[in-house]
Amino acid sequence: MYEAIAFYLFSALTIGLFLITVMSKNVLYAMTSLAAGMVLISGFFFILGADFLGVVQLIVYVGAVMALYSFAMMFFDATRDIKEKNTPAALVFLLGGLSALVLVLIFAGPIHSDAIQALYPMHEGVGNAQDVGIVLFTKYLVPFEVAAVMLLVAMIAGIILAGKKMDQSLTKDTSVDDADEILKQKDAK
Amino acid sequence: MEVVSYRSVETFVQHIPEVTALGVWIKAIIILAVISAIAGFGTYVERKVLAFMQRRLGPMHVGPYGLLQIIADGIKLFTKEDIVPQNANKFIFMVAPVITAATAFIALAAVPVFPDFTIPEWIPVIGGTFVPSIAADLNIGILFVLGMMAAGLYGPLLAGMAQANKWGLIGAARTAVQFLSYEVVTGLSILAPIMIVGSLSFVDFNAAQAGGIANWLVWKQPVAFVLFLIAGFAETNRTPFDLLEHEAEVVSGYATEYSGMRWGMFFIGEYANMITISVIAAVVFLGGYSADGMGWLWIMLKIAFFFMLMLWVRAAWPHVRPDQLMWLCWKVLMPIAVINVVITGIVMMV
Repeated sequence: MYEAIAFYLFSALTIGLFLITVMSKNVLYAMTSLAAGMVLISGFFFILGADFLGVVQLIVYVGAVMALYSFAMMFFDATRDIKEKNTPAALVFLLGGLSALVLVLIFAGPIHSDAIQALYPMHEGVGNAQDVGIVLFTKYLVPFEVAAVMLLVAMIAGIILAGKKMDQSLTKDTSVDDADEILKQKDAK
Repeated sequence: MEVVSYRSVETFVQHIPEVTALGVWIKAIIILAVISAIAGFGTYVERKVLAFMQRRLGPMHVGPYGLLQIIADGIKLFTKEDIVPQNANKFIFMVAPVITAATAFIALAAVPVFPDFTIPEWIPVIGGTFVPSIAADLNIGILFVLGMMAAGLYGPLLAGMAQANKWGLIGAARTAVQFLSYEVVTGLSILAPIMIVGSLSFVDFNAAQAGGIANWLVWKQPVAFVLFLIAGFAETNRTPFDLLEHEAEVVSGYATEYSGMRWGMFFIGEYANMITISVIAAVVFLGGYSADGMGWLWIMLKIAFFFMLMLWVRAAWPHVRPDQLMWLCWKVLMPIAVINVVITGIVMMV
């Protein structure tokens, strides 16, 4: 019974929060509700007994991805509303229709629930992390490695982009080498 | 090196009585009450210890040896006007301190805080209930605590961004940079002990180190221990890494516009995080708790030692500059942590 209550509570809250994310014109509200929604999604994993994935959701999305978003938000005035461009009505119609179709499919899914089986059922007595690890390093080894290489490429690209003018100081006047000369220049002025 | 299998953990778990929902409730209330009280008492201890280290007396006027200062401070916090700045985003401004306090206490749910005990039978209603040492014994406890502390980042961050104050905004930016960077070091440093024990559960860590000081993981992983402590200081916003609210530079950082109990919630969250880091360090590296005899006293002493260490460092060391902080994280600590993990892996393979 607890699980049902928790599930409906989390669902309502998640949908509500993500609605705020989409609807709100305030950057701060959008960001906060998105982060809170991510936390609540990890709650679904905990209800399903997938503790490991729940915590990964928490660390990766809440701790890392959303924190980077919010770091980018620092460049805006977060206390003011944002003027939004209105999207063309045809696009809204198309996207709305598609989401409605997907929703119908999702709700119709449980009719054939007997056709759904767990491909990799959990083993009794083995922890979540071990189960995920075994599948990840046997069946999905190649995608795992490809993802690792992709992240490495992204990291190197990031370092190169950020490091273009690393040898120049942003704060120090490069024409003046040491403190004595700065003082001399000040005296001259 | 010997890797503890889950089989041995099962036998370890078996002779603990059954955990009921009532027991978990009682535990949660105990954690909330005691840690909040300790956070209050911690301010007094901190002021006293700092005073003695600096050859002062500290609070002396209210009550014997200034002991009632805590109550005076509490009354002050509760009765102060709750000021919300005019241009601030009011809702987020009011919610932010709650996030800090809540995440700190949720993290404590998966940590063994106090040993387990059974309430005596003669007490009505709750008599005979077994109260576990961990409120929620997840088998990925360490990851959960680290994840929850990572979510705690939003408290200072949103507080700084909502208050329409430039000191607050700078404090929030420093929060994001510092917490994100040092999370990497915390995670990588604790990865090496996790590899040795082969589990993410605090109970398994405790079982792996049972049987004397010689079995403590700090002897096998001294580098990881030091790295974890340094990163722990940064994640709990302690000197020498308390750049988020560095008085001389950013007034009070993210807490600039806060007053009364909302400010107090930041404070309680910070102290709860200090205790969480102390407990993790004690359980993961210093042998943890043992169920029999004076085990409960030892775990308390270990936690108190780390708490004391944080005060000691505050009295002894100056702040670092923000650029030094980043240099330390990415150019010193992170490479050492990665090398430590690789060496641990090689040693375990051979």
